[in-house]
Amino acid sequence: MARLKNIEELKKLRNEAQKDLMVRTQTGTRIIIGMGTCGIAAGAREVMHAVLRELEVRKIEAHVETVGCVGMCAREPLVDIEQAGKSRVRYANITPEHVPRLIEDHLMKGKVIQEWAIGRLDARKIQ
Amino acid sequence: MRELSLHVLDVIENALEAGVSWIQVRIDEDLEADLLTIEIVDNGRGMSKELLDRVLNPFYTTRRTRHVGLGLPLFREAARRCDGELVIQSEPGKGTRVKATFRRSHIDRAPMGDIPSTLLAPLLSGHAVDLDYTHSVEDRKFQLNTAEIRKELGNIPLACPKVRDWLFQELREGEASLHP
Repeated sequence: MARLKNIEELKKLRNEAQKDLMVRTQTGTRIIIGMGTCGIAAGAREVMHAVLRELEVRKIEAHVETVGCVGMCAREPLVDIEQAGKSRVRYANITPEHVPRLIEDHLMKGKVIQEWAIGRLDARKIQ
Repeated sequence: MRELSLHVLDVIENALEAGVSWIQVRIDEDLEADLLTIEIVDNGRGMSKELLDRVLNPFYTTRRTRHVGLGLPLFREAARRCDGELVIQSEPGKGTRVKATFRRSHIDRAPMGDIPSTLLAPLLSGHAVDLDYTHSVEDRKFQLNTAEIRKELGNIPLACPKVRDWLFQELREGEASLHP
C-alpha cells in the first residue's frame, strides 16, 4: 500500500467492523449488481457507483455484491435486492437515476417497485 | 466502450470467471513517449492455444448464457484505432496476460474513466481475489495491494460496508493524486 499513514486507520476500521460483522452477516441486506460484459456496456458500473453513493448519503450499511452475466443481457443493468426473510427481487434496465427511488422505496419502505421488477427469487441466508 | 476503464473491468470480470485468486493491473502513462499501456495479469486457469486463437472472435464465447463474446474484440479495436495493439499471452494452469497499448494523445483514445469503481467492482464479487494495482503517470505513482490490506483486516472481508467505503475512498484519493 502506498500510503502507510492509513494503516492505523485500517486497524481501527478492523476493530469497528469486527463488532457488528456477526449481526450483519445474519440479518443484512444484499444489493447484487450484474457485472458481465453486457452489464458493463449497459452502465452497471455507474449503477454500482450510484448505489454506493446513495447508501453513503443515507448511512445505510448494506452489502453490495457484483456478479457475472446471468444471460439476460437485454435487461441489463440488473439489480437484485435481497433482505433477510423476504424474496429476492430482480430489477431490470436500472440506471443511476433509478437508484434513489430503489433505495427509498424498496430498502427503506419495503415496497417493491412493480414497474421495474421482473421477478422474484427465493430468499436465502447471506453467506 | 466509452472509457478504457470499462475494458479493464471487463478483462477483470473474465479473470474472475477463470478462477483467479490474484490479479495484477498496471497502467502506465508515459507522456514523453506518448504511450499509454494497460496490462492485466492473472493466475487463473489460462487458455489453450486453440482457445487463444478464438478468443478475439466476437462470435465465440465459452459461456453458456449467451452466444457472443465481445469484450476482448472491443478492447483490441479500441487499441488499434489509437495506433496501438492488444496482445494476449496465456497458458493453461498458469494464467493470462492481456496487454493493450495506445498512442496516448490519439484523438480517438477514450478517457481512462472511473478507475476507483472499476477496481472496487471485482472486490465486491463473491470471489476471494486479491488485486495488485499500480498506476503511473510520469514520476507519480499510485499503488494498492489488497493482499496487504487483508493481512491487516484479518477475517473481515473487503466487501464489509465499512471496509468497502474506506477502500473506495483510498482509490479515489490515490487516483486523484496522479492528476494534481
